[in-house]
Amino acid sequence: MNTQTNTISESLEAPRVAPVALPATRPLYWSIRREVWENRWIYVGQLAVAVVFLVVFFINMTVWLARMRGPSATNPEKYWEAVSLPYNIGAGVMMGTLILMSLFYSADALYGERRDRSILFWKSLPVSDHTVVLAKASIPLVILPLLTIAVTIAMHVTMLMISSVVLPASGMSIASLWAELSIFQMWGMLAYHLFLAHAIWPFPVYCWLMLVSGWARRATLFWAALPVVAIGGIEKLVFHTSHFVSMVGTRLIGGGAPTDITSGEMFPTGPMTHLTPLRYLGAPSLWLGLAVAAIFLFAAVRLRRYRDPV
Amino acid sequence: MAVIEARGLHKNFGSTIALDGIDLRVDEGRILGLIGPNGAGKTTALNAMLGLTPYDGGLTVLGRDPWREREQLMCDVSFIADVAVLPRWIRVCQLLDYVAGVHPRFDRGKAEGFLAKTSIQLGKKVRELSKGMVAQLHLAVVMAIDARLLVLDEPTLGLDILYRKQFYDSLLNDYFDRTRTIIVTTHQVEEIQHVITDLMFIDRGRIVLSCSMDQFESRYLEVSVNPEKLAAARALKPIHERQVFARSILLFDGVDRQQLATLGEVRTASIADLFVAVIGKQNTASGAA
Repeated sequence: MNTQTNTISESLEAPRVAPVALPATRPLYWSIRREVWENRWIYVGQLAVAVVFLVVFFINMTVWLARMRGPSATNPEKYWEAVSLPYNIGAGVMMGTLILMSLFYSADALYGERRDRSILFWKSLPVSDHTVVLAKASIPLVILPLLTIAVTIAMHVTMLMISSVVLPASGMSIASLWAELSIFQMWGMLAYHLFLAHAIWPFPVYCWLMLVSGWARRATLFWAALPVVAIGGIEKLVFHTSHFVSMVGTRLIGGGAPTDITSGEMFPTGPMTHLTPLRYLGAPSLWLGLAVAAIFLFAAVRLRRYRDPV
Repeated sequence: MAVIEARGLHKNFGSTIALDGIDLRVDEGRILGLIGPNGAGKTTALNAMLGLTPYDGGLTVLGRDPWREREQLMCDVSFIADVAVLPRWIRVCQLLDYVAGVHPRFDRGKAEGFLAKTSIQLGKKVRELSKGMVAQLHLAVVMAIDARLLVLDEPTLGLDILYRKQFYDSLLNDYFDRTRTIIVTTHQVEEIQHVITDLMFIDRGRIVLSCSMDQFESRYLEVSVNPEKLAAARALKPIHERQVFARSILLFDGVDRQQLATLGEVRTASIADLFVAVIGKQNTASGAA
């Protein structure tokens, strides 16, 4: 009897394990990793698109070589276009993939965990709703553009390696390819363009999708599009204009962002492109968009707190 | 020390009253069984305690307001909300990495120790595990967290009898140490009769019975009455009567054991029988009203 009493009081007095002190950014870091684990399709998809493009590039090699040899060979500007075209098209394809992925990711961001009820598990851990929503927002804002840049660079390097084998075989110089292509400059401009025009500029659209994904019980994209269509319809009826719909549309595809002045070229990575980061930073529409994005994110945090699993 | 203290806890869903002014106090080191029919308000009460839903009235859990301080509270509280809430896409090792990354009181080695006793492989995804294994995995994670309060809402629903038995055995042998507090809700009441230290019945958002299991065992007695003593037994005002193999089984509240022994064979009531007696009577009464 005595022994038993002692045991009980001992266990009552036993000190608890001191908690490991975790830096404040740890939950954010792990929440972002969780998103990447959960959404493997974002990198598998990018790699798949890159591989398909490489195959098409390889098959069309002869067409490209013919262009380089053609009449454009004497005109430096035309020659640059001919040399860089496949690289630019490749980057453009990856850019399009990035837009689609950001769109679909955001539309599912706060919906998936409610649909599979795992939100009840996530909420059983000491991670705040702010942290989770910020981690999710960082995917289209930071992670996806970084991933796209990395995959595009890997794709370009592979294309260069293929070219380095094929060009000498058909009697052309690799040196002129390298000299004309100025690949590092191209990558720098790509990174600049991806972040400014395809991550920060459309960020309010992605935040809106995230907000709706935290609210809708099904068909997130439909509910997200509905107000846009409704406001667009009312505007058309009352004012006979369509500013709202075109504003949302151009934001989404990265159009209208004051990132650069291109001199009639199709791609923003050309040598004549004049970057205008100051004009971009000074644009009220940029800051207005980010303010709207912040409001949407704040609302998304509130929603995650209140909404039950679907 | 009170781990949970509720005063006039109230919650509406539109015109439906889910919690109708609940007062309760759960002390450290108790294992409370919260029993009630479907829609009685058990999950709502637990969700309020876990900061998953806003509420009216006073409620503190470990001295904190759960709705305002959920994040901090979750350092000291663990819960299993249902059998299948672990994300199906996650790998077992990723799950351990993640919890170790975000939880200051998680002991990864301990979790791996628990998992080593099961057939769960670290490289498997949750979707590749059976329902019973998912429950084992969730329990292993939760038991490796040095929490002060553990809340289990139907933790064994849909599991086969072996997993259910194992679940409570591990909980008692490897986890519970009298400084922790556990709240469990379940429909499989017979399984937790020997696990819990306190019992609470909840019906239509109100607590209709609350006692410790010590009180329960001395207070609620069931007698398999000898046919000739039936009239005498009924005179002692049983709270419930049922027929088993043509013998009447009467359930008494607070009648002396010695006195009952003269009427027939006496035994401690089961929670299930008391549940039928208390909740069944309530429903009949309100149905008649």
